[in-house]
Amino acid sequence: MKRMRLNGAAILIECLIEQEVGTVFGFPGGAVLPIYDELYKRADRINHVLTAHEQHAGHAADGYARASGKTGVCLATSGPGATNLLTPIATAYMDSSPVVFITGNVPQSLMGTDSFQEADISGMTMPVTKHNYLVTSVDRLADTIREAFYIARSGRPGPVLVDIPKDVQLAETEYIPLSGEALIPRLSKKKPLSQLRPEGESLEMYKTKAEPRLEMAAQLIAEAHRPLIYCGGGVTISGAQDELMQLADRADAPIVATLMGLGTAPASSDRMLGMLGMHGTHAANIAMQRCDLLIAVGVRFSDRALGDAKAFAPNAKVLHIDIDRAEINKNVSTALHITGDAKTVLELLLTRVSQKQHAQWMQQARSMMEDYLNDELFEPRKILKAMAAVAPEMTVATDVGQHQMWTAQHFPFLHTRQLITSGGLGTMGFGLGAAMGAAKSDPQGRPVALVTGDGSFRMNLTELSTIAYYGIPVIVVIFNNGTLGMVRQWQTLFFGHRYSQTTLDRGPDFMKLADAYGLTGTRVDNLADFRAAFARAYEAGRPCIIECLLDIDEMVAPMVAPGSPIDSFCLN
Amino acid sequence: MYINKDNQQRYTVGVLVDNEPGVLSRVSGLFFRRGFNIDSLAVGTTHDPEVSRITIVIKGDEQKVEQLVQQLYKLICVQKVQVMQSRNSVERQLLLVKVKADVTAREGLMRLVDIFKAKVLDVTKNSMVLQITGDNDKIDALMGLLEDYGILELVRTGVVALERGDDVMTSDIFD
Repeated sequence: MKRMRLNGAAILIECLIEQEVGTVFGFPGGAVLPIYDELYKRADRINHVLTAHEQHAGHAADGYARASGKTGVCLATSGPGATNLLTPIATAYMDSSPVVFITGNVPQSLMGTDSFQEADISGMTMPVTKHNYLVTSVDRLADTIREAFYIARSGRPGPVLVDIPKDVQLAETEYIPLSGEALIPRLSKKKPLSQLRPEGESLEMYKTKAEPRLEMAAQLIAEAHRPLIYCGGGVTISGAQDELMQLADRADAPIVATLMGLGTAPASSDRMLGMLGMHGTHAANIAMQRCDLLIAVGVRFSDRALGDAKAFAPNAKVLHIDIDRAEINKNVSTALHITGDAKTVLELLLTRVSQKQHAQWMQQARSMMEDYLNDELFEPRKILKAMAAVAPEMTVATDVGQHQMWTAQHFPFLHTRQLITSGGLGTMGFGLGAAMGAAKSDPQGRPVALVTGDGSFRMNLTELSTIAYYGIPVIVVIFNNGTLGMVRQWQTLFFGHRYSQTTLDRGPDFMKLADAYGLTGTRVDNLADFRAAFARAYEAGRPCIIECLLDIDEMVAPMVAPGSPIDSFCLN
Repeated sequence: MYINKDNQQRYTVGVLVDNEPGVLSRVSGLFFRRGFNIDSLAVGTTHDPEVSRITIVIKGDEQKVEQLVQQLYKLICVQKVQVMQSRNSVERQLLLVKVKADVTAREGLMRLVDIFKAKVLDVTKNSMVLQITGDNDKIDALMGLLEDYGILELVRTGVVALERGDDVMTSDIFD
């Protein structure tokens, strides 16, 4: 094993290479100069994408992680560079996305003196990181980076921040490169962390312990007459989509998905009733209220999915499978829970569940599926169907608002990691960075669509320069209705049509903007033109903008008012 | 455990954590974020210098406390969490109090010191510093009585607690 004497900055980059990080998203500054210097020397071994703003570098690392399942990496300087990461960190945290955020900080001799560009970023990010570190000695740096990567992707994944003072970056120590198994930190068996995703011997122990619960779960499934599977992002993270479909077939159960769970059961499947919740389909929400057994896998019973928690699935026993014990009984009381990795638990469960027939229930659940008129009106769901017709397998990122819900409802997602969206935090401005990260994570370099609104897009359009410079194939589809549509929708429904500060009658001209960044811009106001423009853009595989001019009063339906039972729709 | 006026129970929670900078902030921050009011908090290293023990007294209902325990386990620095029951645990805290004590009051105070097995740490013409250890009720009782004399200054360590018997804390995810 070769030993090297390196400074902290070089050790950091070597550790990123150890973890097989292909691309780092970041922005340089005073407190990370040594790191950028070492990055420069290793440009042949690691890639860096310079964004226009740290926030979007953070979202890009997150999008990279969500699309690929690998750990994203983002690098920023101290002070404002670090605080600009708060939104992406919180976004990644809410959606359990594995991202390692690395920040520089002022030298330790200046820490605590309110020095230039000093910010207590580890203190600030405690509530929104899975864990964070302030590295005080270069001797601890390599192991800290390895731990950070392990923590970010183990158990329920999440963001980890490593704050490295400049003096630690410059201090030298011996570095021994590691690879493979050796990269997994040797954590004490006592640590709850080491129990999160059991392997080897502890997996056998886990199986024995889980047995009584698995038997009870199989019993619940055997006794159910109207079983329903409710799946979420945990299934994607675990890679349990095949087991999930097998369980649905075995139990003869329909499936509903959360926003984060779209794609776990393909929209093309007869079992899939669509998304549930505030903007869920009639079929999904009504099935939820009628089922007698709810098999919840990798979900956290979010208020947006539940509506009124007390009136949620009133006739059902709840069987909850999740890796995070803290999600059990948090929002909804369960009849039975199994704590564990979804794939492991479903595999074990499948060996105990016999074939069931619930033809009548399946038919009843399916009967509520909406069928839309096949007209040529230029409205959101037609645009999304047209996109899917061109590229059914394509990765689609969104920002937050009406366009996001329309995408969730009407783009028929076929596989996991196909939809990249900010679910928990609902971060407007997430989309362009995330789409860029998703595109960079694809070794085949296929185009990624970003469906965004004019409101959201104005929060991140600064990154057009980044996708233009690097030629990152993001097709930006702007749903331009001249308003902050989702807020306007609530103002229409709940605030007497008083459109306070939501009308966006102020540009910019997105075509001139595209031109300014050297991108192709196409403005369309009918379906035929959209189809042609999108097909052309997909074929070209270059970054571009397609602006769709939509009606200001278009609303997202169905809708359930917040806190209402999820089968009492206020909009149909 | 007792039921207080708000019909919430009082819980004593023992937490074993890595002895590292920032750990107290992680743990207390979690209590704040999840809407728990900390009645008392005590922290110190254990016989293992790499492990600290935090004892926290909070009020809440059973479901909320269970949620809190599970949230605590998500902190990387947390090794073990135990909710202690008063019937099978011992708890103590220490109180130092400076009380008005002129020549007329001294006699009465000394009687209280006797009854409560307190200690006199300092005496001047006008005041006394007393030390007392005990459970919450005992300390509250003494404080009530001392109010008649006039409390000048007061500090308490917060509750520390251990379970009786041979039981040890477990961190089983099937709990």
